[in-house]
Amino acid sequence: MDFISILSIFVMACFVGYYVVWSVTPALHTPLMSVTNAISSVIIVGALIAAAAGSAAGGEAAKWLGLVGIALASVNIFGGFAVTERMLAMYKKKERK
Amino acid sequence: MHEAAPIPAWVALAYLASGILFILALRGLSSPESSRAGNRFGMLGMLIAVVTTLVTHEVASLVEILIAIAIGGGIGFITARRIAMTAMPQLVAAFHSLVGMAAVLVAAAAYLNPGAFGITDAAGVLLPVSRVEMGLGVAIGAITFSGSIIAFLKLNGNMSGAPIMLPARHVINLGTLAAIIGLVVYFYFVPAPRVDTPWLFWTVTGLAFLIGFLLIIPIGGADMPVVVSMLNSYSGWAAAAMGFTLGNTAMIITGALVGSSGAILSYIMCKAMNRGFISVIAGGFGAASDGDAAAASIDRPWKRGSAEDAAFLMKQAEKVIIVPGYGMAVAQAQHVLREMADMLKEEGVQVKFAIHPVAGRMPGHMNVLLAEANVPYDEVFELEDINSEFGQADIAFVIGANDVTNPAAKTDKSSPIYGMPILDVANAKTVLFVKRSMGGVGYAGVDNDVFYMDNTMMLLSDAKKMCEEIVKSLG
Repeated sequence: MDFISILSIFVMACFVGYYVVWSVTPALHTPLMSVTNAISSVIIVGALIAAAAGSAAGGEAAKWLGLVGIALASVNIFGGFAVTERMLAMYKKKERK
Repeated sequence: MHEAAPIPAWVALAYLASGILFILALRGLSSPESSRAGNRFGMLGMLIAVVTTLVTHEVASLVEILIAIAIGGGIGFITARRIAMTAMPQLVAAFHSLVGMAAVLVAAAAYLNPGAFGITDAAGVLLPVSRVEMGLGVAIGAITFSGSIIAFLKLNGNMSGAPIMLPARHVINLGTLAAIIGLVVYFYFVPAPRVDTPWLFWTVTGLAFLIGFLLIIPIGGADMPVVVSMLNSYSGWAAAAMGFTLGNTAMIITGALVGSSGAILSYIMCKAMNRGFISVIAGGFGAASDGDAAAASIDRPWKRGSAEDAAFLMKQAEKVIIVPGYGMAVAQAQHVLREMADMLKEEGVQVKFAIHPVAGRMPGHMNVLLAEANVPYDEVFELEDINSEFGQADIAFVIGANDVTNPAAKTDKSSPIYGMPILDVANAKTVLFVKRSMGGVGYAGVDNDVFYMDNTMMLLSDAKKMCEEIVKSLG
């Protein structure tokens, strides 16, 4: 993809983000942070590419950096989604007796 | 990818799908009912992104990759299960630092093995555009990492919340930032950076780690909600920068979402504290509360009440609004507070909770703490939704909050909290104010006129003990 197409996607996504986030109820701002944390770990994609390339073509160091990156991002992905799930499960409505 | 073989259409679409699922994950948070489905969308989006990457690359080291995922995932999952809800701000700060570090590692890997990322020209030299993206990615990632570590240490109490002020820090900070930007620009123009200037990339990385530390150490504990939100935003921009390097739609969309989300939360927090974003970044707030304000307050008459009085008054009331603050959570009083609210409801009293945006240690923190204590979320209201109701309330029950109820924010132009939106508890017929002692003042170090009003009764005790005694008297 050329730079301008990427930039267009980025700018559009910033606008989407702006409107979507303003519509998040303030009561859920903490889960919002933990879930954004989890999804920003999509950076794992980059770590996977580095690790997958293996040791060929001078990639030995890159491979290990990638593997550590995978581990760190995984902490975040699993931890972020799990803690969000845990918090959201606590939000209950009034029981109608 | 800028140069290499074109990406098959389905791969591009898969990343787009995962980006859209991430948007839906945030969209779900517009109400508690839809939020859990939203979280599942997020998980699905992540799964699609990871699987797509793995099947479209020749994976030379699948076993190692799976082991890395298992180790990281296991640690993350167990931590998420065990963490106390009061410790959420620390956890989130720690998670931010990991995103930052992962961004640094990915950028470093791309620098060392650019061929694998398809960001080289025919001669195997890094593409200039990619160098800028990579330089920004590594810099933002490193700042996120070291800044979040400091935020974590401050929130976790390993480091004092007091600001650490270096002499000439503004000069040092601006100089370091300018150096980083200058080096990234230089990086763009070097003919073959890995041969001509092998030090450059690593210098940028090192300086960025340094500036992350320097930026956060002068920021006081009271401003941490802003800092955590700000670092949230940075972690997004770091992911977006790496998304540019890889030409990956999922990463770019996510980065933009997270970046805007953190920026909006920082804005909301700043507004709730009436602090300018620049002055938060400049740091120094909450250094040492000067004794003047506190000293002026001595010897004003105030009324003291007992748990029995409080129980009696609340039982007679038609409408009680509870105003919890972080002191309530520190005292672990949320469960017994909910018990108290339940007993009042059984007596036919209408009970509501009023939450100030900065009631906790991060945005929305108090809502989570109350939800954990089984307070139904439809009894919990935000400042702007409930503030007009204090006039009709018989009792405002303030517990563990102080500055957010202080009328000085509206009336006293010289007050450090002037302009901050407050909960108008003073409008209620009676104010019950739970506080450990008359001596201590809030974070901002200012005295609160509510203590001395005719219709205020001070309940001087530990928050949890007071609630327990009230529950006993109600029973």
